[in-house]
Amino acid sequence: MLQTAQRTAKSKTKKIAPPHERFLDAFRWMLLARTLEEKLVSLYRGGLITGGVYIGKGQEAVSVACGLFLQKDDIFAPLIRDQAGRSAFGEPLLDVTQTYLGSRQGPMRGRDGNIHRGRPQQNQLAMVSHLGAMISVTVGALMAKRFKGEKNFIGLACIGEGGMQTGSFHEGMNIAAVEQVPLVVVATNNHYAYSTPNDREFACHDLVDRAIGYGFEGYSVDGTDLSACLDVIGGAVKRARAGRPPQLVVASVLRLSGHGEHDDASYVTDDIKQEPFARDCLKVAEQMIIDLNLLDAETLAEWRKDAAAQVDEAIATAQKEAPPEGDKEDWCAVATRELVDSFE
Amino acid sequence: MSITYLEAIREAQAKLLRDDERVFIYGQDVGGTFGGAFKATKGLAKEFPGRVLNTPISEDAIVGTAIGAAMQGMRPIVEMQFADFSSIALNQILNNAGTHYWRTNVPVPITVRLPSGGTKGSGPFHSQSMESIYAHYPGLIVMTPATVEDAYTMLIDAVAIDDPVIYCEHKYLYYHLKADKLPTEGLPMGRARIARQGRDLTIVTYSAMLHEAIAVAEQLASEGFEIEVVDLRSVKPLDTNTVLASVARTGRLLCVGESFPWGGATAEVISRVAAEGFHLLDAAPQRLNAKDTPIPYHPNLWSTHRPNAKEIARKARALLRE
Repeated sequence: MLQTAQRTAKSKTKKIAPPHERFLDAFRWMLLARTLEEKLVSLYRGGLITGGVYIGKGQEAVSVACGLFLQKDDIFAPLIRDQAGRSAFGEPLLDVTQTYLGSRQGPMRGRDGNIHRGRPQQNQLAMVSHLGAMISVTVGALMAKRFKGEKNFIGLACIGEGGMQTGSFHEGMNIAAVEQVPLVVVATNNHYAYSTPNDREFACHDLVDRAIGYGFEGYSVDGTDLSACLDVIGGAVKRARAGRPPQLVVASVLRLSGHGEHDDASYVTDDIKQEPFARDCLKVAEQMIIDLNLLDAETLAEWRKDAAAQVDEAIATAQKEAPPEGDKEDWCAVATRELVDSFE
Repeated sequence: MSITYLEAIREAQAKLLRDDERVFIYGQDVGGTFGGAFKATKGLAKEFPGRVLNTPISEDAIVGTAIGAAMQGMRPIVEMQFADFSSIALNQILNNAGTHYWRTNVPVPITVRLPSGGTKGSGPFHSQSMESIYAHYPGLIVMTPATVEDAYTMLIDAVAIDDPVIYCEHKYLYYHLKADKLPTEGLPMGRARIARQGRDLTIVTYSAMLHEAIAVAEQLASEGFEIEVVDLRSVKPLDTNTVLASVARTGRLLCVGESFPWGGATAEVISRVAAEGFHLLDAAPQRLNAKDTPIPYHPNLWSTHRPNAKEIARKARALLRE
């Protein structure tokens, strides 16, 4: 009883800052992403998705802030745990379900799956699995826009602390600063590279210290705090657009899932689950909505229902679509048809 | 007027920069007043300000940047300082550029110039021929020009097409090979060329080995043999039809390549001829490549490591005796 009273007293004295102006907008994308990914997990468990399912549970606040401030002429290079950001940037849900379910009509047409999807024509780059590789690709896309005389564009590339340890990441960061492109790199430290904890990933004091070494401006953020993510990542986007040097934001979270759904994450220690960064950003945001009375319970329930309905529809549509067929596939990897090498 | 293989490459780039505002050149030391380790871009930075750009020593990021720019409508030409260093960029070339059209339906029109092949004293890390590695992976066009004319027209072709092109230019040919003038047009892309006509034996080759093969053919002509020499021009696509037509005339096949022996372009030619033209062969097809060791530094070792006219002639005579 005493403990409860103390906790209440403490939370009452704690000043809650007014949330970012796009807080509710962002929360709704997070809710959609979480709803979608929970559904994908059950489809996977039911054997209806081949390959793997990789979710962004616990990273939605960081991710949504990555997608939310971008305009359609900006370049977005999302990574494995960026469903919330992809949706906020404008990826239709159908792209997700068509890709996971292997529809021939999806953007990847069954040729690539799960999170390896994108629409480069619409500035949403399609990641390769080799981490760090998309940083320099984003740099090049921005250089092209500069060559073409476009104005007011930026690029945002996502990475994790795992990907930050690749040579490709290092080269990409350095070349971004050399070229002085308007780039934001958002690095989410979710404390595990698959099963490997931070102490076997890097030995520097703080990953954000690397920013100065690259010629970036660096910022840290609590990735479980949606409002803070919107402030810090939104601020970085604004600075990049205003012509400041490239921006690095390092967010701290705990991955609240396995690497993929095949992984039970039994290696995640009980101790780390007690850390402040182990909070579920969606629950934290929801608590803020309740505490500050930003939405009434009815609207919140309505939003949940709407998210579920959108997801169900996207899944049902993709499930009705035909899969690709080996003997009807166009087995040609080059665009110049007359240069196809023919094999007997 | 006389123009070298290297000058043809520079002239092609000058023309591309002049004619197409989407083109820019990206690589180590290509810009400024320096103009590249081999001077393939000399003067271009001055003539085309802001479009011939020096880069850090970051092969992965150089190609990654070119890929991103190509997706957004540019036509970047990447100069690798030496073909050997493109190994650092393999991931971007093979996994990113090579898969992109297939995966997304969006082509990646980059051209990666690889100063390739051996010159004496260059050793294990400045002498490699990488065409077979790139040809092994889907989604890439691999060009291996052997003449001044092809060096010029094929580089222009490489930039024009929508696919990623690995353009293997041979360093030995840079200064050794000269032509009177630049052509206005070349053979169609992907078509092999009969470089010398004959009836007794077909030698299929490409890049610098073409000139060794022609020297051997001339030597054997004095012994009464007429050797046909096929210059593949591009190893991918591989013009199997021209090769088969030649083997149909001669009944004997020797493939010569400067790259390492295991697998590769020469093995691919033999495999195709064996599968599709077995009935045309009067003797078992043979090949000659470099030795299966790293490329040696000392000229005495280097000249033995790579296929040379003496070895080609020995192999050819053995085949002709069968």
